[in-house]
Amino acid sequence: MAAARFAIPAAVVLALVLPLLVSNFRLFQFTQVFIYAIALLGLNILTGFNGQISLGHGAFYAVGAYTGAIMMDRWSVPYGWTIPVGGLICLVVGFLFGIPALRLEGLYLALATFALALAVPQILKYFEHWTGGSQGIVLSKPPAPFGLPLSEDQWLYLVTLAVLIVMFVLARNLLAGRIGRALVAIRDNPLAAEAMGVNKALYKSLAFGVSAAYTGVAGALSAVAIAFVAPDSFNVFLSISFLTGSVIGGLATISGAIWGALFIQFVPNWAQAISKAAPWAIFGLFLIIFMYVMPFGIAGGLRLLWNRLTRRRS
Amino acid sequence: MNRATRFVVLLLAAVIGAASALPVLAQTPGVTATEIKVGNTNPYSGPASAYGTIGKALGAYFKKVNEEGGINGRKINYVTLDDGYSPPKTVEMVRQLVEQEQVALLFQTLGTPTNSAIHKYMNQKQVPHLFVATGATKWNDAKNFPWTMGFQPNYQIEGRIYAQYVLKNVKDAKIGILYQNDDYGKDYRKGFLDGLGEAAKKLVVLEQTYEVTDPTIDSQIVNLKNSGANVFFNVTIPKFAVQAIKKSHDINWKPLHLLNNVSSSLATVLKPAGLEASKGLITALYMKEITDPQWKNDKGFQDWVAWMKKYYPEGALDDQSNAYAYSVAQLLTHVLKQCGNDLSRTNIMKQAASVKDFELPMLLPGIKVNTSATDFAPIEQERLAKFNGEIWEVFGDLIDASKK
Repeated sequence: MAAARFAIPAAVVLALVLPLLVSNFRLFQFTQVFIYAIALLGLNILTGFNGQISLGHGAFYAVGAYTGAIMMDRWSVPYGWTIPVGGLICLVVGFLFGIPALRLEGLYLALATFALALAVPQILKYFEHWTGGSQGIVLSKPPAPFGLPLSEDQWLYLVTLAVLIVMFVLARNLLAGRIGRALVAIRDNPLAAEAMGVNKALYKSLAFGVSAAYTGVAGALSAVAIAFVAPDSFNVFLSISFLTGSVIGGLATISGAIWGALFIQFVPNWAQAISKAAPWAIFGLFLIIFMYVMPFGIAGGLRLLWNRLTRRRS
Repeated sequence: MNRATRFVVLLLAAVIGAASALPVLAQTPGVTATEIKVGNTNPYSGPASAYGTIGKALGAYFKKVNEEGGINGRKINYVTLDDGYSPPKTVEMVRQLVEQEQVALLFQTLGTPTNSAIHKYMNQKQVPHLFVATGATKWNDAKNFPWTMGFQPNYQIEGRIYAQYVLKNVKDAKIGILYQNDDYGKDYRKGFLDGLGEAAKKLVVLEQTYEVTDPTIDSQIVNLKNSGANVFFNVTIPKFAVQAIKKSHDINWKPLHLLNNVSSSLATVLKPAGLEASKGLITALYMKEITDPQWKNDKGFQDWVAWMKKYYPEGALDDQSNAYAYSVAQLLTHVLKQCGNDLSRTNIMKQAASVKDFELPMLLPGIKVNTSATDFAPIEQERLAKFNGEIWEVFGDLIDASKK
């Protein structure tokens, strides 16, 4: 797409200069956006590209966050290592969960994953010795290394941005090639895909694993950024927010993850600023308006707009 | 020194000179000649939204303070945000309050995990984090967290009070414990067992737990009866307290029944369980139980009702949380008054840590709020009370947990 050629470098440059322009608090909010974006991209690989609905990605996010938190808290592992390890553990957990999930389609799978989202916060309380029970684990925010003249928030923002870019490039390469086509083929017509020699079981479990790994990376980053984990941080509402974000952002698009993340980060705050009495009613209204105006998500809406503009010009 | 350097040095000196002369005028963020900005987070949505009434009642109390002229001429600008009881959201909202809204202090943020998430941050930023709404023990740590202060007596203290009562008054005690399987239940249990000390192993004959999601606790009660226990330490939230009182009455088990303060409401626990069945229950109180008829003609209670009707008419008159919010808002008002014109953050903390024998109208008569530079637990006194079929009858001496 022609737009992408300008939009992506422009977005990266904007993201890089942002720390010079806005306060630490805003940077913290954008760090959250990037973290959500990684999680949403993960969910999008599963739901958007492979057509499997998950209402349980909050659970993988929690596993990633707790993996990171326990590593830092128990074994004083540098936070940098927690991010790949959080992702790897979620890759395994997700892949294993994906195997039984093969037998479940559509709504049934949604319910099975929903059960996961419900169960994980309670299971976390059970392993109190490791997880700190419902008190959670308190961590410290890492300062910028090598004496760089950056605040903690600026440093974390840049780290998150770097991870985001790596994860997005990986996802693009994965989805643009054979694997991506196989995933989409399974979504669109599983029979035809199998007839063409796509190993449906393998690819579906793989999609689950990769999707969980992305969400786990996001979870591990969130443990560093928030410097605290507790079961209450990963309630069912988080999983639903993820699904909301990936649909609003645009299913089966990569840039949609960013738009969706912006939505779930900022719209609840705006809703609260508009009405203290019924913020979630306002949020619901936003949701309906967005879905009505942009039925293919924000990414889809922007693409349509771009197409219309360029056609008119030529 | 060349001319340019000299100029720079002079300029710097001038700036530093001006800056050091400023503190007289320099102000705490959030404090102006006419207002004090106070920040708060509460769960207006999400699983703990029943507590959201506390955040609203606090605002209603400050409305009254402002209508009556404010505090030393300053109005309270109370900014409260919804965190949905989700710690990451609390971090974000609190940072918004401190960094964007520039509040002078944070007050009554609700919840144990939510406050844990901002504990370090508030102390790093050195912003007063006053009278947090949680029963955990960790808020009384003036040495490591000099900017955070609790409010209510914590669960462990209460558990210890029951243990002391049993040791003193029950011969050949055989104790059965029922507790909710989470931090709240475990804190009570720990305080109780600590209070029993060495004797605990001998005296406790059976412990039973339940999950907050369980439909009923009938079988636990039957087990406790069959264990031969003659003392029942009941650590349950209202829904299960009703079941426990009813069931033990139905199966004719009549132990010394110690009911935790959490479920001491007449309206939500004792009446649904049956006043006859509730006779003889013992609990520890620090507040006036608002649905207890003995306070009907009490001045403090009547003032509270009048305030509710005028400033918070949509609030429930049988919800103890509204009396709780009223009391803690009165304490903050007292502290800010005590600050006089020095509303620096250091002085706000200093005054919060020098409350002496302050009485709040909705606390039980005789219970006083005390803090010091090393004691960051404002309420540490409680009284035992026995239910006589109509009211909670207070008995025995005032128990002060701060005196060992």
